[in-house]
Amino acid sequence: MTLFATTLPENSNDGYVAAAYIVFFALVLIYVAIMAIRLSRVERSVRELREQAARQHDGSLGRPHPEDTPPIAGDRRREREIV
Amino acid sequence: MYSRGLRALSLATVAAFSAALGLVFFYAPIEADQGFLQKIFYLHVPLAIVALCGFVIGGIMAIAHLRTRDQRWDMRSYVAIHMSLIFGVAVLLTGSIWARASWGHWWVWDEPTLVSFLIVFLLYATYQPLRFAIEDPERQARYASVFAITAGAFVPLNFIAVRLSSSYVHPRVLGSTSNLPPSMAFTFLVSLAAMALLFATLCSYETCAKRTRMLLKARSRTLGFQ
Repeated sequence: MTLFATTLPENSNDGYVAAAYIVFFALVLIYVAIMAIRLSRVERSVRELREQAARQHDGSLGRPHPEDTPPIAGDRRREREIV
Repeated sequence: MYSRGLRALSLATVAAFSAALGLVFFYAPIEADQGFLQKIFYLHVPLAIVALCGFVIGGIMAIAHLRTRDQRWDMRSYVAIHMSLIFGVAVLLTGSIWARASWGHWWVWDEPTLVSFLIVFLLYATYQPLRFAIEDPERQARYASVFAITAGAFVPLNFIAVRLSSSYVHPRVLGSTSNLPPSMAFTFLVSLAAMALLFATLCSYETCAKRTRMLLKARSRTLGFQ
């Protein structure tokens, strides 16, 4: 509270200016955050779609998809992915 | 295709906003009557102008949709109205803060500018419920376009009605920038340009995101995953 009290302008009306600009930037920030959540959802969908497509492709070739098989000992990348 | 130029637009918005804020707080003089409080003017008025223009642009895009039956115009119209609604919320909030500071009340019901903006905002607040109440995409787009055109025509009529009203308590801006000192007018115009750029950028982001989601769904259907 002390920090806010010292950083806000001295005139009581001037706090309203800060409030108006903060409200505006907060709205923009909320919007950007919502967009970021949506983007992560889209990225997840793309990843799932790619995995499904790869699985389908491998299935048609008659060999199992790498993610359907257990990791080979020493394959650190696959072990990390599964963990 | 939709993300073309998005990075340049975003950078231009950030640059314009930085310039506008610099001008507002370090260049524009303190107004004699309201003092430092008048700085809200450079935020509130551009927001209101851009929001109202966005509603009208949404109507114009809806006309393009009805003429061409191209779904992209419907999406652009929807995004413009959606973004204008968000800007409208910001207008109402910053306006209330300004009213509280200068008049002592959060809201004044006998002020035509405030009430007319609220009417326009509430009118457009019904746009999304109306739109999503219709399941058939074709009908949804058509009805939403008709609504956007009708409401879009109402916006300038509303503006003219307010201008013709007798109360002149609310500060007049459009058509009176010549009354402002050159430094204030310049700051105001830069703020307006920054706000318009922000609107365009957010609309582009929203359109791009929607288009990507639609493409994803279509691709999933094509591959038989849904």
